[in-house]
Amino acid sequence: MSVDKTLPDGTSGCADPVLGLFSSPLKVLNLGLDSFADELSAQGVEVLRVRWKPPAGGNAKLIGALDRITRGGFDVETANREAVSRILKGKPVLVDVGKALDVVPGMTKRTVLHAGPPITWERMCGPMRGAVIGGLLYEGLAKTRAEAEGLAASGGVDFSPCHHHASVGPMAGVMTASMPVWIFENETYGNRSYCTFNEGLGKVLRYGAFSDEVLERLRWIEKELAPLMKRALALHGPLDMRNIIAQALQMGDEGHNRNRAGTSLIIREFAPYLVRLGEDGEKVAKALSFMHANDHFFLNLSMPASKCVVDAAAGVEGSTLIVTMARNGTDFGIRISGLGDRWFTGPAGIVEGLYLPGFSAADAAPDIGDSVITETAGIGGFAMAAAPAIVKFVGGSPEDALAWTRRMYEITVAESEFYRIPILDFRGTPTGIDLRKVVETGILPVINTGIAHREPGIGMVGAGLVKPPVNCFEDALFAFAQTYGEGEKA
Amino acid sequence: MKRAQVRKDSYFDSVFLMSLSKRLKDNPQVADAIVAMGTSMNLELLADQGYAGPELTGVTPNDLIIAVEAADAAAVESALQAAKALLEKKAAPSSGGRADAEPTTLAAGLRALPGANLAVISLPGAYAAREARKALESGLHVMLFSDNVSLEDEIALKRLGRDKGLLVMGPDCGTAIINGVPICFANAVRRGPVGVVAASGTGLQEVTCLVDRFGSGISQAIGTGGRDLKNAKVGGITMLMGIAALAQDPETKVIVVVSKPPAQEVADKVVAALGAAGKSAVVHFIGLEPGSAGSAPASVHFASSLEETASMAAAIAAGRPALAAGRPAMPVPLAPEIEALAEREARRLAPGQKWLRGYYTGGTVADEAMILLHRLTGRLFSNNQGDPAFVPPDPRLSIEHTIVDLGDDVFTVGRPHPMIDPSTRTDRILAEKDDASIAVVLIDVVLGYGSHPDPAGAVVEALKVVRATAEARGGYLPVVASVIGTPADFQGYEAQVAKLEAAGCLVMPSNYRAAVLAARIVEKAAKR
Repeated sequence: MSVDKTLPDGTSGCADPVLGLFSSPLKVLNLGLDSFADELSAQGVEVLRVRWKPPAGGNAKLIGALDRITRGGFDVETANREAVSRILKGKPVLVDVGKALDVVPGMTKRTVLHAGPPITWERMCGPMRGAVIGGLLYEGLAKTRAEAEGLAASGGVDFSPCHHHASVGPMAGVMTASMPVWIFENETYGNRSYCTFNEGLGKVLRYGAFSDEVLERLRWIEKELAPLMKRALALHGPLDMRNIIAQALQMGDEGHNRNRAGTSLIIREFAPYLVRLGEDGEKVAKALSFMHANDHFFLNLSMPASKCVVDAAAGVEGSTLIVTMARNGTDFGIRISGLGDRWFTGPAGIVEGLYLPGFSAADAAPDIGDSVITETAGIGGFAMAAAPAIVKFVGGSPEDALAWTRRMYEITVAESEFYRIPILDFRGTPTGIDLRKVVETGILPVINTGIAHREPGIGMVGAGLVKPPVNCFEDALFAFAQTYGEGEKA
Repeated sequence: MKRAQVRKDSYFDSVFLMSLSKRLKDNPQVADAIVAMGTSMNLELLADQGYAGPELTGVTPNDLIIAVEAADAAAVESALQAAKALLEKKAAPSSGGRADAEPTTLAAGLRALPGANLAVISLPGAYAAREARKALESGLHVMLFSDNVSLEDEIALKRLGRDKGLLVMGPDCGTAIINGVPICFANAVRRGPVGVVAASGTGLQEVTCLVDRFGSGISQAIGTGGRDLKNAKVGGITMLMGIAALAQDPETKVIVVVSKPPAQEVADKVVAALGAAGKSAVVHFIGLEPGSAGSAPASVHFASSLEETASMAAAIAAGRPALAAGRPAMPVPLAPEIEALAEREARRLAPGQKWLRGYYTGGTVADEAMILLHRLTGRLFSNNQGDPAFVPPDPRLSIEHTIVDLGDDVFTVGRPHPMIDPSTRTDRILAEKDDASIAVVLIDVVLGYGSHPDPAGAVVEALKVVRATAEARGGYLPVVASVIGTPADFQGYEAQVAKLEAAGCLVMPSNYRAAVLAARIVEKAAKR
C-alpha cells in the first residue's frame, strides 16, 4: 500500500500523523528520567531534555485550580488569543496635552489619583503621603503640611487609583485636577489614556517631595512647559508612540528604567516644532534643556502608551491575561482580563538593586508606582535584552539581561510584531502575561524599577529588579477557577 | 548518628534520587541514606525513621532532603559531601544560571526543538497526564512511561490523541521501537517487515528479540500500556490506531498484536481491525488458548506463546506458512532435548525438593510462565494471579510453587524497578536460600536500553550462593534462565548467556521454553 507523502499542507508531509512519525526522523522532548534521553542521544536521535519541575511548585491546590480551569469547558486559549491580539494590534498615539480636570475621566477638584491598587491614607507609605501632601499644596487645598495631612486623614479628599481613570503615574503617581497631562489615544480601539509630565530626578513629587522648589517646578510645567508642548504637538500632529518605542528598544532602552534613547527621540521630534512656535528662545531652550537633563522624561510617555494598549485587552471573558500590575508602596496588585475590575493584592516587595552613593537598603521604600504597566505591555523588564546597560543596576552581566527576556517568553502568550530586540535576532518582545503560566511555572514577571527613599521628599535612592508577591497571582488563579473552572461556576 | 540537610528549590527526579541514595549506602560507613524531595509522604517516612529536626519544618515538595545515618559525625559529613558532589555532577549542564540554556517547560522545550514529534514522559504520575495533554495539544505523539495515571486521564488523553491522529503510548508503557529507535526499555533489533502493537512491556521485548533471532526484523513496535485493551472504557484506542497505521505503513508486511486477555468487545474490535488491515496478522492474547477467541478472518493467526508469536510472524514475513513454522507442538510432547535435560536435572535432586520458584523482573514474561505453570501444575502462587486463592498471603514470602513478579508496585516503593536495580531480586533469592524444598529456580534476564548494564552478572553471585547452599545440605539446585535480548544490545546477548552458563544456569532460548523446562523438572521431581 502506498502512502502519499507529498500532501500540499506541507506540515507532516503525511495525511496520518502516525505515518508522518514513521516516515520522519525522531525528534524527542524528554520529560523525566535523563537516562532515557541519554540513550536516545547515544543512538543519534535529536533529544531535548526539559528541566521539568513540578507545576506550581507542587502545590496541589494550585494544580487543582489549573486543572479545573482546563476542564472548565471555557476556551481560555481562544480568549487569551483575542486579548493578546488587542495588545498586539494596539497603536498608541500621543494626540494632545490637557488639564487633568478637563480630560481625565472622573477627575474632580478634590480627587487625588495615586499609583497602584486602592489604598487609604492610613496605609500609605512615606513617599505616597509626601506626594499627596504636595498635591494638596499645589492645588491650594491646603496651606501647610499639617493642614494637608489633616485634610487627607479627614476624608476630605477622594483617593482613587490612576488605573481607575484610564491613567497611570510613576512612583507615587499622584495626579490632581490642575496638572497637565499627556493624552494618548489607542488608534486601533479608540480608547484614551493619561499621564502627568515627568518632573526629573531627585526632589520631585513622585518620590514624595513637596518643598517649594518641587511645587515651583510643577507650576512651571503647568504654566510654561505643557502649553509649549501642546502647541508644538499640534503643529507636529499626532505622534506615533509605537514607532518611537520600537526605535528606542533598538537604541538600548527598555522603556521603563532606561529611557535615554526615548527621551532623545522625543527631543528630536519636538525640537523643530518648538522652535517654530516663535516663542522666546530662552523659553524654548529651557524646555529642551529640561528634557535633556532628565533621562526619564520619556517614562511618562512610554507608560500611558502602554496603558492605552493594555486597556483594550481588559474585560475579555475567559481570558487569563494580566491586564494590570501596579503598586502603591504598600500593596502590589494585579487585575485579570476575564475577572473585571477585581484587584488581587499582596505586600509590595523590596527592590533588589544598586543604591546611589550614600544610600542603602535601609533607606528603601517598598516597591511603588504604575510604571510596571510597561512590563504588562511587554516592554520594560520583559525587553531587558534590548537594554544590556541596565543590568548594572542589578549587578548582572549582559547575559543576564538576555536570560531575563528569554525567561519571560515562558509566561507570555505572544511576541510583539513591533517591539523587536536586535540581539535576539529581532525577535518580538514577550507580550501578554498569562496568569496560568505564571502560577504553573513559578516564573514571576520581571520588573525593572527605581527605588524611592522611605521618607517623603528625598527622592530616588537606587534602581533594580523587584519580585511581585506570589500570593496575588495565586489568589487570582483561585478566583479565576471559581468563575470559569469545572464544578465551581457560580 | 542521624542528620538531615535541606536544599531549597532543588527538584530532582525520584528515580535519580533513589539511585543516589543507593550509592550513598554503598559506603560501608553509611548505615542508611535517604535522598528525597520534601513531599508529605517522604516527610512522614523520615519522621518514622527518626529524622525530626527543626531543619525539616517548612520543607516543600520543591526542596530536596538528604538524610544520612552513619557511625559518627565525620562519616555523616562525608556522606553529605558525597551527596552534594553527586547532585552537582548531575546539575552541571544546567548550572550556568542562564534562563534560556535549559527549558523548564514543555512549551519552552518545543521552542528550543522545533519540529519535535515525540514526547517521552517519565514524570511522577500525578503530573504526567498534564504534560501529556500539553504535548498532544502541541501536536506531539506521546510515550507515557509513567504509571499511576488515572483511568479517567488515560481515556481523556487517548481520545484527544485519537481526535488529533496522535499516538498515546502508555500510560505505564515502558517500551517501543519507532523508526528503528528503541525507546526506554527496548532492544536493538534488526529493522524488518514485522510491525508490533503490544499492550505489554516485556512481551513486546521478548517478541521483538525473538523475531530478530528468527532472522526477521521489526518495522515499528508500538506500546499501548496495559489498560488499553483490558479496560473496555479505554477500548483499545491506541491498539486500533497502531493497527491502522501499520496497515498503511509500506514497511510493514505482518502485524503482530500482543496483549493480556482483553475485554471481549475490545478483542472483537482488534480482530476485526486486523481482518480489515489487508495484511497477515499474528495475535497472542497471553493466557488465552488459540481458538478460544472466536472466529477470525483467514489472515489473522493466533499464537499460543510469545515465542510462537515471533516464529509465526517471522515465518509469514519470510513467505513461509505460519502454522508449519510456528507450531512446534509444545508443550506436549516436549522436544526430546528438553525432556532429556529435565530428566538429568531431576535425577540430581534430593528427596523433599519439590517446589518451583520463579524470580522475575519482567511482568509479561512472569505472566507467561505463571499461566503455563499454573496450567501444568494446577497450583501456582503468584502476586500476578487473578484468583486470590493463588496470591501468596505475604508477597515477600514464597509458598509451594511461586512465581514472583518483582516489578510489582509492592516491591518498587522507594526503589527502582528490578530491571534497573536487580538487588530487589538478589535480596529475594538470598532470603530463600535455606529453603530445602525448592527444586528449581526460574529467572528472566532482560537486556536492552533502560536495563541494568550487566543483569546476568548482577544475579549470578546470588545464584551461586543458593546453589552452593543447596549442595552444602546435600541437595542440588537447577537454575533455568532465559535472556531477552539481541547480539546488538549493549550488554551483548552471548556474553550474558555465557555468564549465566558459567554459573551453572540452564539457559533456554525463550521464556516459554525456560518455563516448560522448569515445569518438566518439578513434574519429574514430584514423581520421584
